[in-house]
Parts: sequence; structure tokens; C-alpha cells
Amino acid sequence: MIVAASPAQDELRDLYRELILDHARSPRHFGKLDDITHTAEGINPLCGDKLKLYLNIDADRTISAVAFEGSGCAISVASASLLTETVMGLNCAAALKFVDDIRTLLAGNEEPAAGPDLGKLKSLAGVRDFPSRVKCATLAWHALASAINSDNGLVTTE
Amino acid sequence: MTGLHGRTMAEATPGTAPAWRTDFPALHQEVNNHPLVYLDSAASSQQPVSVIDAVAAYQRQDHANVHRGVHTLSHRATEAYEGARDKVVSFINATGRSEIVFTRGTTESINLVAQSYCRPALSSGDRIVITHLEHHSNIVPWQILCEQTGAELVVASIDSAGQVDLDEVKGLLDGDVCMLAIAHVSNALGTVLPVKSLIQHAHSLDIPVLLDGAQAVPHMPVDVQDLDCDFYAFSGHKMFGPTGIGILFGKERLLEDMPPYQGGGDMILEVHFDGTTYNELPYKFEAGTPNISGAVGLGAAIDYLQVAGMTRVAEHEADLLAYMTARLSDIEGIRLIGTATNKASVQSFMLGDIHPHDVGTILDHQGVAIRTGHHCAMPVMDYFGIPGTARASLALYNTESDIDALVTALVAARKIFA
Ligand SMILES: Cc1ncc(COP(=O)(O)O)c(C=O)c1O
Repeated sequence: MIVAASPAQDELRDLYRELILDHARSPRHFGKLDDITHTAEGINPLCGDKLKLYLNIDADRTISAVAFEGSGCAISVASASLLTETVMGLNCAAALKFVDDIRTLLAGNEEPAAGPDLGKLKSLAGVRDFPSRVKCATLAWHALASAINSDNGLVTTE
Repeated sequence: MTGLHGRTMAEATPGTAPAWRTDFPALHQEVNNHPLVYLDSAASSQQPVSVIDAVAAYQRQDHANVHRGVHTLSHRATEAYEGARDKVVSFINATGRSEIVFTRGTTESINLVAQSYCRPALSSGDRIVITHLEHHSNIVPWQILCEQTGAELVVASIDSAGQVDLDEVKGLLDGDVCMLAIAHVSNALGTVLPVKSLIQHAHSLDIPVLLDGAQAVPHMPVDVQDLDCDFYAFSGHKMFGPTGIGILFGKERLLEDMPPYQGGGDMILEVHFDGTTYNELPYKFEAGTPNISGAVGLGAAIDYLQVAGMTRVAEHEADLLAYMTARLSDIEGIRLIGTATNKASVQSFMLGDIHPHDVGTILDHQGVAIRTGHHCAMPVMDYFGIPGTARASLALYNTESDIDALVTALVAARKIFA
């Protein structure tokens, strides 16, 4: 069986890009914060992904610190890790804009190139060919929105 | 014509896996540009042409409601439905129709026993005994029952191979135990439980036993009289039949004394506002219009298995499981979960530190369908301290080439994550 040359294999390589694998192996800002003002938990019952997102939001609504904990598949961990890099230092409105942009990107209605400038986050676009994995990639972002909007609750992908 | 994996169809000897495989249309397709390798029958099995055709023929010609019309189609539908019940009777060697209740599946069968058999008899201080390896459907109905009655749920432990300790379970049984409810075969680990000796011991203390047979019936001969179990639950869709149909076997003596599970049409003889008489067995437990076409499909699946021969099926799967275990063990970094001495049809595993869900996606892209996750057995995952496993499960139509494809795909997965 020739596996390497098939289009399916290219999609796979697109999903598990080096950047994704790198963040999955060594997630950034992994752990707890000393001073947590906002938090939310995301659960994906399908694969058992379970992430806790911790934020420290200033009086002027700037995210001054962010971290996450939990376990999950490579996609959900990499996505959470990329999230922490992205939103550190942003104000809440800008962070929420990223949540919308990520949802748009992964919904697959627009070409990533035509969309907003997502930088590194574009490497998550590979999941668009894997409908069952989109939820893994959006999990942390849903948790981010929930934490900022301070329902501080539990987010599930179901 | 060349069949899957380079076997020619003409080579397929009747009564062997390659021949059985030709009977299942869904297996003969490409998925993600690879021939489909279906290793997820423990979640749900594929259906042979004979089942698909039997259901279609019923829908085309014979459909009407059962047990009520004088017209010809109603008669035919009733014959088909009751005919399927007779097939179940002979397949598991029950003593008669009155012992076979059609349900939606294993889950509903277990809930029925919890609510109709146990609930009226339970009081606080009573105990239900299960094991740590049960499917959620043999845990949650008992938890609900315990909440309702104040009874206590006691869980027998498993060891690192995924086995229960016979003596420990026996030690948990005493006069306060109202039910021993255990899997015949574990869906997450493949363990075959020592049910016969547990049943004997439980009966010596007058404790009834329910077996969750969802993962046993498709893989080995099951004889409820020989087992002497009091209840036996299983699902059509795991034994090559349709979804939404399942069976509760119960000893007639026990079913007789149980109140109905649900009320409605078909389960009554007479309804008046000053009193209602319930129908005889098994109809007392079949309120409302049943899943007639599902029963027809299940009947056809049983015919298929009777011809295949469950002993032959069991032998084929035992060889294949041994082959799979050996091939998987050779993969670098693999950890097998569920290594009981007595096993059937299932192998769970972890591939290095790759999350099972990633393994599942990579395999799917090579046409290999396995299940990943907690397999509705979260306590098992807790025991092993893992979020879930990848699980390859076998059925009569699988061959060594399927295992070879699985191994090739796993090696490719390791490369991606290397
Ligand atoms: C051991 C076991 N018990 C019970 C069930 C539940 O069966 P169903 O969902 O068909 O009711 C399953 C199926 O996943 C199973 O494997």
C-alpha cells in the first residue's frame, strides 16, 4: 500500500504541520497563574480533551497573563498553546475578535488567505479537511470567550 | 476479479473470513483513497446483504402494525416479528418466546431490569454489585436505581491486565446483595469474565445475575440455559443486525413477577378506568408499536450467524486476535491495554504519547477505522490513568490483511509524530 503520495497524506501533513506538532509537544504557557481573574474550562466529550484556561485581566481590560492546563489531542493542545501566545497583552475586545476570526477560518467558508491576518494561527486551517477535528481546534477559543465574558463556566463542544 | 488486499474472490472458501467478508457490502469501498479496513465492530458491526435485503423486503411488502389487524399485511408483519423472536429463542437457547423481550438495545434491557425487577424489591442497605470494567450502560442504570432506593452500588476491582478477581467478587456477595450485574465480555478491554462460576456462586446465595452480553453474542456461542444467568442483555447492531433493536432475555419465573416497565398499547389485555390487566409475557414489556423492521433484520442476522456457526466464528476470531496482539506488540512504543488471559475480539492500546484521537485521525486517513476515546467505560480509563485508548475490534469478516493494514498505518502515525 503506497501511503506517502496520496492526497489524503498531504491533508494529513497539512493537519499535523511542524508548528502544530511543536506546540503540542511543548505547549507554551502551560500551567496555572498565580493571580487569576478569569477562568473557564473546555471539554470535548468525543475525545476527552479537557482544558482549563486561566486569565489575568487588568482594570483596563488588558490580558496581562494567560495560561492553560489539561490534556488533549495534539490539535487541541497546540491550539490552546497558540492561543496563549496570541492573546497575551491584547485587550479583551481584540482577543474576542480573534475568537470570531478563528471560527470563521475553521468553518471553512473563506480562504484563510482572504480572511483577517491570523499569522501563525493559520496553521490551524488544516483541520478544515477533518470535520471531526474542528471542535478540537476551537475548544480553547470557546473557553477564552467564555472566560472573558465571565460566565466562568464550563464549555463543552457538544 | 481481485478482491480487497489482493485476494481473489474465487479463493474465498465458504465458512471462512474471506468468504464472509464478501457478504458485507459496506466493507467493499475506498475511504480516503484506501480500501476500507473496518476494525470498529465493537462499536457497531456492518450488515450482510441478507440483513439489508430482509429489512427491505419487509418494508416493501409486509409492513403493517403487529398484533392488531385482521388484514393480511398485519398478519405477515406479526409473523415476521414473532418469527424473529423464535430465532432469538433458538440462537441463545432460551426455553421459549415468553423469555425474549424486544428492546431498543442492551441499554434499555438493563434499565428495564433495574427498574422493573430490582426497584420494587430494593430498600436502603441493599446492594448491587458490578465490576470496574463495565460499560456506562451497566453502571448508570444502577446509579439511578441507588439514588431512587437508597441502595448501594458496590464495584469489584480489576487488575492491571483488566481482569476481575473471582474470589474478590465472590467475597462481595452476601444476603444483602440483590443483583450481580456484569459484562460477559468487556468492550474496552476484551476481557471474558468468568461468568459461569460467578453465576453458580451467586445462585448458591440466591442472588440473581444479569449479564451484559453486548460484546459476547457476536463472537461466541451463548447458551443462557447452560450459563444459567437470570437476565441476559444484548444489541442487534453489534451482531450484524440493525440499530434500535435489542434483546432482554429473562427467566420466565422472574419476568412473570415483574411489573411492566412502560405502559401503553400492546402491553395490556384489558383497559378500563377501574382497572387494567396486563398482557402475558413477553408482551407485558413491549409497550407501544415495536421496532418491527429492526426485529426482522435481527432475525436475518441470526440466520446468518447460525449458518456461519458461532464455534467457527469464535475460532477464527481467536486466531485473529492472537495475530493482532502479536503484530501490535512488535510496534515500538506501543502499550497494550487489556491483556487478560481470556479475551475476545478487542485490543485497546496507546501509541507512545500520541493522543488516541490523533491516532484515530491518522488511521482514518489510511482507510483504517478504529475507535478512540473512553469507549463508554470512563472508570476503566481512570483505572489506567489515561484519557482514552485507541481500540481495534474484530468481527467474523476481518482477516489478517486488515491487521497488516492497521500495523502499517500505526507505523505511519509514529513517523508523523516522531
Ligand atoms: C459491553 C457493552 N454493554 C452495553 C453496550 C450498550 O449497547 P447499546 O448502546 O446498543 O444499548 C455496549 C455498546 O457499546 C457494550 O459494548
